[in-house]
Amino acid sequence: MKTKQRIYILSAALLILVLLYLLLGLNPFIWRYALSLRIPKTIALLLVASSIAFSSTVFQTLTNNRILTPSVLGLDSLYLFIQSLIVFLFGSSTLARLGENFNFILSVGLMVAFSLLLFQLLFKREERNIFFLLLVGLVMGTFFQSLSTFMQVLIDPNEFLVIQNRMFASFNNMNTEILWLALIISFLAVLFTLKDLKNLDILSLGRENAINLGVDYDFVVKKFLVLISILVSVSTALVGPITFLGLLVVNLARELLRTFRHKYLIVGAILIASIALTFGQLIAERLLNFSTPISIIINFIGGLYFIFLLLKESKI
Amino acid sequence: MKKPYLLVILILLSLLSLFIGVRKVSFLDVLKLENAAIRTMVLSRIPRLISLILAGMGMSISGLIMQQLSQNKFVSPTTAGTIDSAQLGILFSLIIFPAASPLVKMLLSFFFALTGSFLFMFILRKIKLKNTVIIPLIGIMMASIIGSISNFFAYRYNLVQSLSSWMQGNFSMVIKGRYELLYISVPLVILAYFYTNQFTIAGMGEDFAFNLGLNYKTIVNMGISIVALISSLVVITVGRIPFLGLIIPNLISIYYGDNLRKNIIPTALAGAVFLLFSDILSRIIIYPYEIPISLTVGILGSIIFLYLLFRRKA
Amino acid sequence: MIEVKSVVKQYGRKRVLDNVSLKIEKGKITSFIGPNGAGKSTLLSIISRLIGKDGGQVYLDGELVDGIDCNSFARKLSILRQSNHLNVRLTVRELVSFGRFPYSEGKLRAEDLDHIERALEYTQLKEEADKYLDELSGGQRQRAFIAMVIAQDTEYILLDEPLNNLDVKHSVEIMKILRRLVGELGKTVVIVMHDINFASCYSDYIVAFNKGQIVKEGNVEEIINKDVLEDVYDTNFVVQDIMNRRICFYY
Repeated sequence: MKTKQRIYILSAALLILVLLYLLLGLNPFIWRYALSLRIPKTIALLLVASSIAFSSTVFQTLTNNRILTPSVLGLDSLYLFIQSLIVFLFGSSTLARLGENFNFILSVGLMVAFSLLLFQLLFKREERNIFFLLLVGLVMGTFFQSLSTFMQVLIDPNEFLVIQNRMFASFNNMNTEILWLALIISFLAVLFTLKDLKNLDILSLGRENAINLGVDYDFVVKKFLVLISILVSVSTALVGPITFLGLLVVNLARELLRTFRHKYLIVGAILIASIALTFGQLIAERLLNFSTPISIIINFIGGLYFIFLLLKESKI
Repeated sequence: MKKPYLLVILILLSLLSLFIGVRKVSFLDVLKLENAAIRTMVLSRIPRLISLILAGMGMSISGLIMQQLSQNKFVSPTTAGTIDSAQLGILFSLIIFPAASPLVKMLLSFFFALTGSFLFMFILRKIKLKNTVIIPLIGIMMASIIGSISNFFAYRYNLVQSLSSWMQGNFSMVIKGRYELLYISVPLVILAYFYTNQFTIAGMGEDFAFNLGLNYKTIVNMGISIVALISSLVVITVGRIPFLGLIIPNLISIYYGDNLRKNIIPTALAGAVFLLFSDILSRIIIYPYEIPISLTVGILGSIIFLYLLFRRKA
Repeated sequence: MIEVKSVVKQYGRKRVLDNVSLKIEKGKITSFIGPNGAGKSTLLSIISRLIGKDGGQVYLDGELVDGIDCNSFARKLSILRQSNHLNVRLTVRELVSFGRFPYSEGKLRAEDLDHIERALEYTQLKEEADKYLDELSGGQRQRAFIAMVIAQDTEYILLDEPLNNLDVKHSVEIMKILRRLVGELGKTVVIVMHDINFASCYSDYIVAFNKGQIVKEGNVEEIINKDVLEDVYDTNFVVQDIMNRRICFYY
């Protein structure tokens, strides 16, 4: 079982990296303080890595396409739009008074509601073309983005600066206040689809084969799309949009594990994403002194890999 | 039939555009040849108007050419990576030759735009599943990747702010002496006009074109070059204007059908009208300030695009 | 028995199926023939619930199909469409194993493995079982998909143009397999066919479609004759008995 062995190796590598990240540079005087900062950060990193890897794997299976990521649904733009709208309508003080957790729940709720509305609208039509859904999502994304920028132009510049940090979280400026809530929500979301996970292998055969083999296609797809919206909201709220990490890790997992079984693919993608983020954070914090945000590095590498993938594949 | 209307609207909007602005300039002042009024006109208002018209025409024609060549209604310089590549080119010119003239920057940006568009056409030929929607989807993915590469280098060289000023199309910076490069797009648009039929035939595929005795490669290369050149000209003088090349040709083909010869002039006119209208809107909505036109176009454009998508589906 | 009662399907204003009623009997091969766009494939897709209908009912053994849950339905009826392009790279055995999903939900038991082996044997794919699908010829790949359907072990098997793009040898092989499925295992097979002579030689019952309606149905002798075929296809036909089979010329 080559696949399993490779998963063990990946897990071991991740364990070492996490330990390195936690323990490197500790000394007897500051260890308590340093750990109290590093542990939540590590958990957040792993949570972000898992939700991105998980949602991207599922998304690629649903779309039967190796070169798409959930970011084309326009959900991250919607998140920014919701944040801007709150500030625009009620001011940043309201945002502060509401508290991060409430804001997070509100945003996730709105995003899920929006996706459901979008799916409902499109799945009602006869030709349930998932690519059509994506294109609509994408345009909506541009729309929300323009609208958010528009409101940001109108907001008092001082107020804008105050909220900018919250709106554009990054790995160096992680929104760890909502960590526990995000953890619980993602856990519940995954629990909610747990018994559908076995259908993923079948879904990768395409719609007709899936229906033939007794999968309630429309229902299962909608359920997974809701899961994807929740996971995307979680990672966007924690660290902001990282477009290409998902693309990168799912394809690496496929290359490395050479299997179609989601049991392994999902675990593999989660491990690779966690390794990439922990390693990236380690380098960014300890070597580069925070000089380049790792989301930019990841998007850069992910982007190059994507172009490589397009050129290499004989058919897409 | 509708051509005269478009022309009349264009002229009306142009006049309106000339007399809107922070500095009050009345029609009478201009007639009286009052110095200050003339100066405002010559230095700022007229350059702005001309660049709006040229950019509007250029971008919508570019979209039309790309849609013909790819035989896909949803392809345009924004959904094929052309604009983002042009932007990457500008970034490189800022890094490598910070002191270069706009012409040099334009050439470098043109070179990048050309490479990006060819990359897209190359990928297009490899896609087996020619779904109408998946092609622009891949194009947009490619565009955002090129964008992320730009981001990476912009961050490394501390150019994020300069880059984002190019990200946002904005005509408020257009004054005499800073827009003249756009005139290069005039002969390009004329050239496109004479080659419309060839573009249509090339769009039907290499074999089809060969069968009709056309050199497929030459035609495609020329079409892509025109698009890349116009796109880089627009990006360097005013910045990026989303959706224009996408929606204008589509709107026109709803009324005029798909005969390219018949469409090309209305498309150019409608592009200019749409851009002028958006510009006027951006100037008055929070008067005396103005909103970057890319936002106005982005909001209006995405609504129209969604309408087109759903209409096509029904 | 499959019973179709006044089924209607329309795209926009165009009626693809116009009040179609039909009974498909158990233990037989029933072929749907007719010109392009007659509604044959659409009806097959509606029976198998791949697409929705705009009116009418479909009953499977007296039960309304809309009410049957997905899993039970997949154990009773299987469908194989003509386009079988997969995005995942699978071996033949892996593909055939998917046929057991309605029973095993992904965890294969000894009984499932038996079914898989038998399906491979039935389609003579034992030797190719561990090859990847993209390494096979068109005929072998089509047999692999049929093996998946056999492993699914449903009473009803629906196939949409299974002979599409196959040469003569592979077409005959596949029709023989289907004949054996009916004769030896008592399955009910419904096929959409383009080749009238294949339909004539291998069917028990033929349903002729045109313009969204059933023109005529009956056994081979009733359908494969000059009048009916000329009516259905709007082309000149010569029908002759050759070696006890009805063969048509229409060139």
